Amino acid sequence: MTTSVHQLDDGAWLSVNDARRINVSDLWWLARHDFCDCEMADFLAEGFVEIGVDHPNIEGRIAGQCIECGESGVTDWLTLGRVVDPDAGTFLGVVPDSVHVPERRRRLASPSE
Amino acid sequence: MPSKVEGWKDDVYGMEVRDHLYRFAEEGWSAIPEDEHDAWFERFKWWGLYHQRKGQESYFMMRIGTPNGRMSPEQLRVIGEIADEYARGPVDNPEFGGAYCDWTTRQSVQLHWIQLQDVPEIFDTLEAHDLSTMQACGDSWRNIVGSPVAGRDAKEHIDAWPVIKNLNDTFKGDEEHANLPRKWKVAVTGDTRGSGQAEINDLGFEPATKEIDGEEVAGFNVVVGGGLSRKEPRFARDIDVFVTEQEVPDVAGGLSTLFRDHGDRDDRFNARIKFLVDEWGPQKLRRVLQEDYVDFELRSAGEDLRDQYTYNSGRNDETGDYVGVHEQKDGDYFVGLSVLVGRMGAEDVIELADLAEEYGSEMVGLTQRQNIIVADIAEEDLDDFLDEDLLEYYSPDPHPFLRGSIACTGTEFCSLSIVETKNRMVRYGRWLKDNVALPDGIDDFHVHLSGCTASCAQPQIADISLRGMKTRKDGEPVEAFDIGLGGGLGENPQFADWVEMRVAADEVPGYIRNLLEIYDERSEDDESFREFIARHDEDDLNGLAEPEETSYDDPYMGNTKMTWYPYAEETDMDAAPTPSPADD
Ligand code: HEM
Ligand code: SF4
Ligand SMILES: [Zn+2]
Repeated sequence: MTTSVHQLDDGAWLSVNDARRINVSDLWWLARHDFCDCEMADFLAEGFVEIGVDHPNIEGRIAGQCIECGESGVTDWLTLGRVVDPDAGTFLGVVPDSVHVPERRRRLASPSE
Repeated sequence: MPSKVEGWKDDVYGMEVRDHLYRFAEEGWSAIPEDEHDAWFERFKWWGLYHQRKGQESYFMMRIGTPNGRMSPEQLRVIGEIADEYARGPVDNPEFGGAYCDWTTRQSVQLHWIQLQDVPEIFDTLEAHDLSTMQACGDSWRNIVGSPVAGRDAKEHIDAWPVIKNLNDTFKGDEEHANLPRKWKVAVTGDTRGSGQAEINDLGFEPATKEIDGEEVAGFNVVVGGGLSRKEPRFARDIDVFVTEQEVPDVAGGLSTLFRDHGDRDDRFNARIKFLVDEWGPQKLRRVLQEDYVDFELRSAGEDLRDQYTYNSGRNDETGDYVGVHEQKDGDYFVGLSVLVGRMGAEDVIELADLAEEYGSEMVGLTQRQNIIVADIAEEDLDDFLDEDLLEYYSPDPHPFLRGSIACTGTEFCSLSIVETKNRMVRYGRWLKDNVALPDGIDDFHVHLSGCTASCAQPQIADISLRGMKTRKDGEPVEAFDIGLGGGLGENPQFADWVEMRVAADEVPGYIRNLLEIYDERSEDDESFREFIARHDEDDLNGLAEPEETSYDDPYMGNTKMTWYPYAEETDMDAAPTPSPADD
């Protein structure tokens, strides 16, 4: 089956194949980022702004705030998880409070459907 | 490209969603195809059903839209009975018990833990009593707000109830207006208190007068594009139009159609009409309205009555919030009761309905400050009514810290939330009442607590604005708030300045205490708290008072959003008893 991903309810969660996978309100550690001046940003996710698929990865840009320095804005692209078995639609989310490296976009953010 | 939600709405939306709801209710939760959950939950909103957050799958929040917040005692009882029978979850709330109703900041009713299989029965009961959940959520005309005591209140410019009733009957259920780019919130203020809070709605009618053919005519000025959500608060903008009562539907319909045609359907974040007003400016909006959407000549705006506004205005001389005993035009009295954070146990709701009926009341009303009014109490019965036991808790003369507290839904049920809200606000209110001496000059003190930037509790227009955040304490993430000061409506509406960021939730009461001590020392003459804050610029406000730990104890410091339900014995997501087996 094809993978369907989107954000809903004003970016409250990431939906993968109609299951709520990743929520706002988690803290994410960001390294090698230019979101703020902190070496490691302690980033509170407040809303999913854009979601994209770069098979097998699901990626997204998240609005929120670094709770260390207070900078707020939208992150570059973060890997939110991956579809490990596209046929069964199995999704493995990343662990928000491990370290993540945001990246500028490689390709267009058009979810495959 | 239209957003995905627009695609779902193109397939099925509006009235027809009801048939599907009934089908799913019949066949059970598992009949909703798994790969269509998101689409159906989006559509259900049009019928007032909002899927609760992660961990609470198969349970819904149900919103009942009560225009102007008005109900008969009979209708109130029916709502209490429905809550008692159907709005019970797997676990009780430690402050509010097993079944309760929420009175919302838009004068609606919210019930939680509703299951699909019960929806047809609930709808039957509601509709038999002229109540409905139609368009209570979703992308169309939401509950129309205004003064519940319109027609009774002595402080009145125009009785706005017939105007609101007419708008409600005309536009709710009208297919032409059923599928808008986003929510459409309308307020009609007919009183001189400013209680409709039109400033923060998509479309507002504000009381005004205008000289027409040499005669003073009472009517409304039209304001468009208010809203508080995200970090983009806007006051509705004056589009320089005065309307008479009779012209309200044409202009409201014209603007709703304009929004339908011109609102952004590609990007839901940019869809509210406030962004269209940003882009066009009020002049262009007025021009397009005139040219394409109304067929009579629009008049320029009239004289407003803002200098009389008292509702949520931060004035010291008068509190316009309806709490307390007020004489009606007809010589009877209405009594406004304070409902802390707007939540009332189902049994209490039923008891209040019985009381209201017993005392001959024909109307109970919900206010935007999450309180409830009982109208039509005869003068000779007033003392007896005020002596009723129920009014000890739901008081017409509450302590200002309890009277002024508003809180949204928060992590208990809401997906967007960052922090626990209602139970915490109850604890804040009680602690403040027991531990903080009220400075002279404060009879009314507004603390509005919202769990996230969506701002359902209207945090930006309060004396103390609290918006859910996180911080670290000893390295551990804890729930926190950004604190704002100086917001309010009234003659000169003002959004709060955010002055203390990421204050741990258990240090907020200490901050408020310290700030009030400073106000007490430094306020001049009979300066209200809001005036005191307004006299300082943002730099002075930063650090004016210190957050501090106190004897206040906060049981919700950890990440309540990680739980399936914050007050369960076993809070782990994996322990969630959802989806409910009863539904399959
Ligand atoms: C189960 C989840 C939710 C609950 C229980 C909830 C509760 C409420 C309540 C009680 C109100 C005031 C009443 C009313 O509008 O009739 C409200 C208003 C509002 N809600 Fe929610 N809400 C929920 C989810 C959301 C979501 C997901 C969003 C974002 C799309 C949102 C955005 C807002 C906004 C922006 C307002 C009005 C603030 C303003 O502009 O004046 N809410 N909500
Ligand atoms: S303000 Fe945020 S947390 Fe509170 S009810 Fe609204 S969406 Fe939910
Ligand atoms: Zn930072």
